[in-house]
Amino acid sequence: MTAALPTRRDEAWRYSDLKAVARHWPVVVEPVVVPAGEHRTDIIRASEDGIRHLAISIGAGASYRLTILDAGRSYGRIALDVTCHEGADFQLGAVLVGHGAQTIELATTVRHVAPHATSRQIVRAVAGGTATTSYLGQVAVAREGQKTDASQSFKALLLNRGAAANAKPELEIFADDVKCAHGAAIGEIDRAALFYMASRGVPPAQARALMTRAFLSDALEGLDDASIEALDAEISAILERAA
Amino acid sequence: MLVIDNLTAEVDGKPILKGLTLTVNAGEVHAIMGPNGAGKSTLSYVLAGRDGYEVTGGSVTFRGEDLLAKAPHERAAAGLFLGLQYPVEIPGVSNLLFLRTALNAQRTLRGEPEVSGAEFMKLARAAAETLGLPFDMMKRAVNQGFSGGEKKRNEMVQMHVLQPYFAVLDETDSGLDIDALKVVADGINALRSPDHAALLITHYQRLLDYVVPDRVHVLMDGRIVRSGGAELAHVLEAEGYSAIAA
Repeated sequence: MTAALPTRRDEAWRYSDLKAVARHWPVVVEPVVVPAGEHRTDIIRASEDGIRHLAISIGAGASYRLTILDAGRSYGRIALDVTCHEGADFQLGAVLVGHGAQTIELATTVRHVAPHATSRQIVRAVAGGTATTSYLGQVAVAREGQKTDASQSFKALLLNRGAAANAKPELEIFADDVKCAHGAAIGEIDRAALFYMASRGVPPAQARALMTRAFLSDALEGLDDASIEALDAEISAILERAA
Repeated sequence: MLVIDNLTAEVDGKPILKGLTLTVNAGEVHAIMGPNGAGKSTLSYVLAGRDGYEVTGGSVTFRGEDLLAKAPHERAAAGLFLGLQYPVEIPGVSNLLFLRTALNAQRTLRGEPEVSGAEFMKLARAAAETLGLPFDMMKRAVNQGFSGGEKKRNEMVQMHVLQPYFAVLDETDSGLDIDALKVVADGINALRSPDHAALLITHYQRLLDYVVPDRVHVLMDGRIVRSGGAELAHVLEAEGYSAIAA
């Protein structure tokens, strides 16, 4: 990719940290190919500054499960450009954690270019300090993408004033027989629940950590128990370090 | 056990408790009855230490210590339990994890060793069985999708596992059908002992037919206006609060 450095006017980079982007420019596109009929599972742990751009092609009848744990870096962006061929299935579970002045971004484009493909994206973000977490999620259904079943769900938890979350769901549909669901919600830890936990003896910091972990765990749904356990432990450690 | 002396408290700058005095001794069960807006729930939240419930005067001594100086979780570890009128839902956190975390946090604060997973499961199973809560519900997220009655049973399960010295039960009877009421009442009675005490906050005398209190107090406009034995609840039921106030 030799594109010019993005500016604030580029919709996909509106919430970015452009100074940090300049340090990591240009970005090399990494191809990921899941051949027709095959199944592949990946876990990306992003903890060092930088930008990754994956061009993912999921062949006919193939399935790809991608899990992302993006935490602990001052600037990070992961861009996914996913193409689903006939009957392909794409499952994304992403956990974004921002603390201090970190900027964490996830930008996805999921293209349904043929009939009967399914995609499901579950993105959970937590931001403390003055951190910014952003999810820009586009689903593009081509005219040929009949019977597409696509969904995306983004939820962000802000741990204090000053933290930010941006959600930009975008559906572009040219087929007339499709299901495309999207939802975005940004909120704070429920104070009533915090009091409830305290009234049972759980100290505030522990209660927050427990609720934050529970909130993020949606994104790990469907993984095998061992992976969930490992990721859960990593998330707990990250949250503890930040607390 | 619990000594409340001339307690005053306000919510959003509005005085709600206006000099409440009450002593509950170990081994006793007291009931507080009163009309809507008398300050019953405020009393329970002040005792538990909820944000926004500001104590402006008076004192509360719990087992010889200043209760109001403690943070909410420290009050729980000291042996105070609040059964909520509207138990809160906690998505994603299972009942078992919640309860085990709570029990071990309390034990840690008291300088006791944590209970093992196996020990805890035994306690939780026994409590759920006693209170008629299907064990499957212990694996579900706290109170999520529970009916009103199930939430109240769940409060009682928590109380049984945590074994507090003193339980404040805020309208634990509301929203219960008669069978659930009996189960909950049995749960409260099972914890009656010379070392334990409870304060039942209720609108109706119905619960008090099953958990016979040692003392009944009438709370109106932020003060205890009358106290008596268990028979006072029946007088109230027959004559209403206004007759008492007159």
